Amino acid sequence: MTRSFALKLLSALLVFGAWEIAGRIPVSYAFPTFFDSMSALFRMAFDGSLFVAYAETLKPLVLGVAISAFIGIALGLWIGLSSWFDWLFSPIFVVMQAAPLAALIPLLVMAYGIGLTSKVFVVCIMAMPVIVLNTAGAVRNTPQNLKAMSHSFLATDRDVLLKVIIPAASPLIFSGLRLGVSAGFIGAILSELKITPTGVGDIITFSRSIADYPSMYAAIFSIILLAVLFLNLLEKIEITLFEGNVRGYASD
Amino acid sequence: MVMPQTDAAFRTDAVPAEVAVSARNISKTYGEVEALKNLSLEFPRGQLTSLLGPSGCGKTTLLKIIAGLLEPTSGEIVVNGKPVKGPGPDRAFVFQDFALLPWANVLRNVAFGLELRGVAKSEREDIAEKYIKEVGLAGFEKSFPHELSGGMRQRVGLARALSVDADVLLMDEPFSAVDEQTRRKFQEDLLNLVKHENKTFIFVTHSIEEAVYVSDQIAILLPRPSRVSEIIRPTGLRDKDVDMLRRDPEYLDIVDQIWASLRSYVE
Ligand SMILES: Nc1ncnc2c1ncn2[C@@H]1O[C@H](COP(=O)(O)OP(=O)(O)OP(=O)(O)O)[C@@H](O)[C@H]1O
Ligand SMILES: [Mg+2]
Repeated sequence: MTRSFALKLLSALLVFGAWEIAGRIPVSYAFPTFFDSMSALFRMAFDGSLFVAYAETLKPLVLGVAISAFIGIALGLWIGLSSWFDWLFSPIFVVMQAAPLAALIPLLVMAYGIGLTSKVFVVCIMAMPVIVLNTAGAVRNTPQNLKAMSHSFLATDRDVLLKVIIPAASPLIFSGLRLGVSAGFIGAILSELKITPTGVGDIITFSRSIADYPSMYAAIFSIILLAVLFLNLLEKIEITLFEGNVRGYASD
Repeated sequence: MVMPQTDAAFRTDAVPAEVAVSARNISKTYGEVEALKNLSLEFPRGQLTSLLGPSGCGKTTLLKIIAGLLEPTSGEIVVNGKPVKGPGPDRAFVFQDFALLPWANVLRNVAFGLELRGVAKSEREDIAEKYIKEVGLAGFEKSFPHELSGGMRQRVGLARALSVDADVLLMDEPFSAVDEQTRRKFQEDLLNLVKHENKTFIFVTHSIEEAVYVSDQIAILLPRPSRVSEIIRPTGLRDKDVDMLRRDPEYLDIVDQIWASLRSYVE
């Protein structure tokens, strides 16, 4: 724990150090130093504008990620369990994963307007496919011998699902969630840049237009920080729910 | 309880014991492959019957059909007088590849059969502890399968099967994953188990010596499509001293006799 924490700290220091140096050279006049960006971040935090922005950005983000996680895992389980469902739904998500999102946004806006709905859709399109496909793949690859074993000890279908299939699939489900959540963050910012500038997307657009680059980078930095914190939270949830996942049995 | 049925013409001598499991005219085809053909065999209660035969002759298939994990193409299995329709509480399986839950510790793995039967947590853990001790794994309750050796995992699988207290234990090559010393130890333990638990054991093995050493009855299966070619009962051996068994002339004779009837199929 302490060792991995020290390593994380070290890699953060390296990245920030490189940023500071690159800002001082400077690589581009539009690239601020680390300290300038941080002071802009604190300024926005203290005058409250950052929190107002996040209140706006978090709406499509949280909604979209929550919908993607719940519906994505449920659909993934279903697709993994039934070959008929697989035939029906898998292609949709494969296409969705490969679709050029920028080209879809005008269609979404035409259908759902420029409000929250469109933005939630963008987040879902980014986040859901990888969650669905990972979950389905993991379920399909549940070890056959464990299913036979539970049947021989009189498991019901529900037992098999809850006590064998889901625990066996959980490492891959969580890796899908991690990828999906990261993609969802990108989707949330993208939707604010491409649909209507609100929240953090508005800070980025506005500060770029007035050449306030420290604020622009501070906003980008804050969203990355939030994503990292969220991914750590997800890891904690995984460890509490599936204690065995950290025991490295996958190598076995 | 139902007494032996009359379709016992294939047997070499009469069974005094009551029949716990009988396989009646079992056939099984996998698509084109005919794995079992019209196989009939009876398993006396409280005894150990070995299934011995060349690889791919359908031993695992027969065991899974008895377990109710596979449906026979035709024929039926009768356990304690009732035809088998699926897995039941009267049978427990010891898997060749252990089939342990990798994310669960030894205690939960051993208690898993009871967990699926809805036995309360404290009660099933008490029972599991008892069988963990019995198979010699005391102190490893909190270990995970990947921390155990092959032989220890095998014992976890055995303890799990014992803890549900089924009448019939189905063991698919249970000692194939262990070294020779451990194997001999397990064989002795198995003899004790047969003596002290009033259970019916059905035991698949590749080893002629092992079959003769542990069995009350050995069924030799022909290669595909399989049926029982011969039944051998080393009855004289069961009363002898276990330590002297491997040097006993009768033991060696039976091993030779089985080898003689199997060698023609090994080319
Ligand atoms: N699921 C299956 N689908 C198709 N064929 C199968 C299947 N399972 C087994 N078979 C075939 O049935 C035959 C019997 O298989 P089985 O596993 O019962 O043999 P076995 O006697 O247990 O062999 P071994 O001693 O090598 O374990 C084999 O020839 C195998 O090819
Ligand atoms: Mg086999």
